[in-house]
Amino acid sequence: MKIHEYQAKQILKKSGVPVPEGKVCFTVEEAVEAASPFLSAGGPVAVKAQIHAGGRGKGGGIKLVRNEAEVREAAGALLGSKLITPQTGANGQMVSKVLVESGVDIQRELYAGITFDRSRIEDVFMVSSEGGVEIEQVAAEAPEKIHKAYIDPLLGMHAYQARDLAYRLNLPAEAVRKAVEVFLNLYQAYRSHEATLAEINPLVLTRDNRLYALDAKMNFDDSALFRQKEIAGMRDPAEEDLLEREANEFGLNYIKLNGNVGCMVNGAGLAMATMDIIKQAGGEPANFLDVGGGANVETIANGFRIICRDPKVSAVLINIFGGIVRCDRVARGVAEAVSSLKISLPVVVRLEGTNAGEGKKIIREAGLGFLWADTLKQAAEMAVAASAAKRAAR
Amino acid sequence: MSILISRETRVIVQGITGGEGSFHTRQMIEYGTKVVAGVTPGRGGETFDSRVPVFNTAEEAVRQTGAEASVIFVPAPFAADAILEAAACGISLVVAITEGIPLFDMIRVRRFLAGRKTRLIGPNCPGVITPGSCKIGIMPGFIHTPGRVGVVSRSGTLTYEAVWQLTRMGIGQSTCLGIGGDPVVGTTHLDALCLFNEDPGTEAVLMIGEIGGKAEEEAAQFVSREMKKPVVAFIAGRTAPPGRRMGHAGAIISGGVGTAQGKIEFLRKSGITVAESPAEIGEAVASVL
Repeated sequence: MKIHEYQAKQILKKSGVPVPEGKVCFTVEEAVEAASPFLSAGGPVAVKAQIHAGGRGKGGGIKLVRNEAEVREAAGALLGSKLITPQTGANGQMVSKVLVESGVDIQRELYAGITFDRSRIEDVFMVSSEGGVEIEQVAAEAPEKIHKAYIDPLLGMHAYQARDLAYRLNLPAEAVRKAVEVFLNLYQAYRSHEATLAEINPLVLTRDNRLYALDAKMNFDDSALFRQKEIAGMRDPAEEDLLEREANEFGLNYIKLNGNVGCMVNGAGLAMATMDIIKQAGGEPANFLDVGGGANVETIANGFRIICRDPKVSAVLINIFGGIVRCDRVARGVAEAVSSLKISLPVVVRLEGTNAGEGKKIIREAGLGFLWADTLKQAAEMAVAASAAKRAAR
Repeated sequence: MSILISRETRVIVQGITGGEGSFHTRQMIEYGTKVVAGVTPGRGGETFDSRVPVFNTAEEAVRQTGAEASVIFVPAPFAADAILEAAACGISLVVAITEGIPLFDMIRVRRFLAGRKTRLIGPNCPGVITPGSCKIGIMPGFIHTPGRVGVVSRSGTLTYEAVWQLTRMGIGQSTCLGIGGDPVVGTTHLDALCLFNEDPGTEAVLMIGEIGGKAEEEAAQFVSREMKKPVVAFIAGRTAPPGRRMGHAGAIISGGVGTAQGKIEFLRKSGITVAESPAEIGEAVASVL
């Protein structure tokens, strides 16, 4: 699960990682009020759009301003607008809140981040003197500028590891001690909340040698949310795709993509493979949808409801491997779901496994205009062709 | 011949009285698996389907029945503890079916298992089957047929699809092993290849992978170094967008690591035959036999 910058900063602040003073604001008036003490103190103010997608700076979502009129203008421009960044997609993401923050006097921009290394089954803590740019870019262009420490999650970060990282950043002596504390506290924040990513980029060194987390990003283990109540409460449904959110409520695993062949599959691996074969047949998958192992009338009907809400979909491919749940039962489910929903799109059905022959008979006799495919390859080709024909007819 | 399990393997079911546990216990018994006991705390003394004794603890179940394998259907918040319990009483093979175990719990499990003789399969997996002999898991038994191809996979239904292609082409399987779709699992592709490499009953291996992590690449390094048998692979997720979790907790491309394209290239360089399409997995296996 992802959270906003301002929420990550709340967690960091509580954990003892210094963050600039700031307040999350939902209206222009709130923003003006929040900025007032920072402006009175003579400093600049940052007005930062709060959306989950990265690349906000490039998309114009972060504005540095110097007086009340500029705060008003920046907050007014961001709030209620759709921000398009390299990570939001072409439609952008609605901005409903901004973080108004005291500007800081930057001497250097550093990087500090923690993630989980699957191969080693350890956490990896990375720091770099090259902050403020994407760490992937630093890794590609100057890997020697990234310093790593591997941490046993059961033991936690050792002080010597934090010291080692801090000394590698060539910080002034008085900042080294602060960096050690920041690193240890950041690790604690990451581990105790069962995060899968905690990133401060940039971690700034001010001219008077203090450290601040100027930006903060945290992701969390979805499977642990049942016991991470504070984090679970930070979920922002407005950031999620509407269809994905609805699918989630139905207990379906759905991810919207940009193509026009909708697909409904049981099992995540087979769902990915079905997307792949649609592409190989010359089409573009409209979605990933795993209806789970026990595909029944209800899950299939809900799957149709979600897929058909995407206006780009011009054909649906159902690919179910009937194992424990037999194909004849799946076929009845498909027929029942389609007849109750009055679907006008071409539907290609491919059922394989137990009682596939009976399934085929049920689909054929349902009289709902289903296209039956005998093989996976044929199913993909039929769905792509049907999708193209439907679009041509529109 | 086979790996890990045989006709003689004696199995306990942890979570036998739950919905999933009871359904699949019946399926396993029907397939011929020797299910000798069940474990559900608080239900000790009962008899499941008038044939399988239920115990309160795994320790008691093992002491009374001498079981050497366990399959876990316990809900996610308690599943890691069930794995530890099985390992602590000396079970040599633990198959964890449960999906959604927190990552940190699995890190603890892996540390606990280090240096012990227990092998963990899963979690979030369909289990393991030696066709015609023993099935420990939730896969449909009838799609399999005994033979000499070992199968290892991170997926469930995609494996069924591939196995069914093999069976219909008359290509039998020695053992099919679902290792699970989570970022941390007990047995990796690499571990499975090592086992198949030493099994005289396996003459080729099918490895089904997907986006996320480096497990397929680590297995491929072993293939180019030490594997004595041909390996065929399929990698799902060529069309998966980066940064999105594709159903399985471990199926995510992050920071450019774990793309299907990257894996396929790496595997081919390591001498593995990679099927282009999920419809051609059976043919790809046939081509190396």
